[in-house]
Amino acid sequence: MKRAIFRNQLLPWLLLAPQLAVTFVFFLWPAAQAGWQSFLREDAFGLKSTFIGFENYSRLFGDPHYLNSVMVTVVFSVSVAVLAMAVALTLALAADRMIKSAQTYTTLLVWPYAVAPAIAGLLWWFIFNPTIGLVPYALDMVGIDWNHSLNGTQSMILVIIAAAWKQISYNFLFFVAGLQAIPASMREAAAIDGAGPGRRLFSITLPLLAPTSFFLLVVNTVYALFDTFPVIDATTEGGPAQATNILVYKVYVDGFLGLNLGSSAAQSVVLMAVVIVLTVVQFRFIERRVEY
Amino acid sequence: MVEHRPFLNFLSHAVLVLGVLIVAFPVWIAIVASTHPAETFQTGRIPLWFGDAALHNYGVMLGDGLSNMGAPPLAGMLFNSLVMALVIAGGKIAISITSAFAIVYFRFPFRMLAFWCIFITLMLPVEVRILPTFKVVADLGMLNSYAGLTIPLIASATATFLFRQVFMTIPDELAEAARIDGAGPMKFLRDILIPLSRTNIAALFVILFIYGWNQYLWPLLITTDEGYYTIVAGIKRMAEAVDANPIWNYVMAASVLAMLPPVVVVVAMQKLFVKGLVETEK
Repeated sequence: MKRAIFRNQLLPWLLLAPQLAVTFVFFLWPAAQAGWQSFLREDAFGLKSTFIGFENYSRLFGDPHYLNSVMVTVVFSVSVAVLAMAVALTLALAADRMIKSAQTYTTLLVWPYAVAPAIAGLLWWFIFNPTIGLVPYALDMVGIDWNHSLNGTQSMILVIIAAAWKQISYNFLFFVAGLQAIPASMREAAAIDGAGPGRRLFSITLPLLAPTSFFLLVVNTVYALFDTFPVIDATTEGGPAQATNILVYKVYVDGFLGLNLGSSAAQSVVLMAVVIVLTVVQFRFIERRVEY
Repeated sequence: MVEHRPFLNFLSHAVLVLGVLIVAFPVWIAIVASTHPAETFQTGRIPLWFGDAALHNYGVMLGDGLSNMGAPPLAGMLFNSLVMALVIAGGKIAISITSAFAIVYFRFPFRMLAFWCIFITLMLPVEVRILPTFKVVADLGMLNSYAGLTIPLIASATATFLFRQVFMTIPDELAEAARIDGAGPMKFLRDILIPLSRTNIAALFVILFIYGWNQYLWPLLITTDEGYYTIVAGIKRMAEAVDANPIWNYVMAASVLAMLPPVVVVVAMQKLFVKGLVETEK
């Protein structure tokens, strides 16, 4: 809390005005609209709407397509988070052993952060192209027939790889920082006590890295849930047969393309609830990270 | 490193080299593909080494575009993306600095309410409120305009928190001294606070530039006029035609051009980039 403050009463509101105006017009008002709309049913022409209480929600949770989308989202998010974190942790552990070359490797590994998710999707879409792609060609030699436009599992694998690829650099940076924060004296003491590199990794390094890992788990989950929209849209568009139709994509398809306003609004509200929970978890955790 | 283990050192290098190769592989393929003529992709496989059509491909994409595929010349799209990235980054920083200044250095009624209103934007990503936000922008007549591309994305809780954090660490004595010397609040902001947070501003700018450049869903929704397409969103319209007509060379040339500016920014300003990334997550 600041002691020295300025006494003006009007000025702070002027300073806050642009931020608050944008927040109200483009965030709070539309969110409130979505909330209100989720209790209404509009007729086909959008002329008349009736209040129907929680019917949109009950219909949503009885809809097999929606439940399928929830499952798809869970599989997708968990896979993306685990894959991106596992690869990044392996690389970070290796980089932590480097004294002179760590900086060079970091430079070579961080730039994919700057690649747009849509482009990342497109690049992997190209590599996995069933007709001319390199990976299907290699898989063909071991007898696997790759065609993600027909096979739902393969389609899912493709979007997971594309989404995780882009996130490796972010996780790598945070893991490296987490590893550097572990005092060398701990590992040295363990080494003197006769613990080999493997033992030190599992008994000292990984436990002390737990806060970083948990933080990254939340960030990666948020990324996989919301920021991967472009990956899906630029590649599979939710298909084939809804196999990659994650929740944020379904909101867009049902609302913007299908014009099913009530259902789309109810889906929006469900997603907002998910973001709120994740944000609270993230902030609670950051408060606790300090005492670690 | 605790002890000398030649094998582990070797293994670490091997892992890192493999990691770098995997990470770079898709981009390598894209760059190589963008240098081949279209015929390469009609039969056979993706090439692994450069072809001789680079100048032609990039020339066509930058200058003429592919009008039959809904792709205007990329030069215009790159310009739109640049405008969008710069306005979003600059705008977010400007309104977040003034907001943080108001919240830290003034006492006024409903101060905490204002703070929470800003905080709540963290929980409302555009993906979950697409339709109503689109409707607001349409009602305001902001479709197909630079204002529509940028202003709705310009609120930033993260940036406001960051500057609040920075201002809290600035000693109170500075504000007292400024007041005794007769400086008003705006002079204090301009001549003391902003110069003191210069590196934070630069670091944040790098992150926000990338954020703005890589926007996808928003420009895709609100631009139907070719003159306002941004490159990242525009590529999708190109890629849709690729199944019928495999002109991957042009699509990959466009992809390379779309990722080049943000990648250059990250590599050239790596220190600021890392600082920005770590700070915005606090």
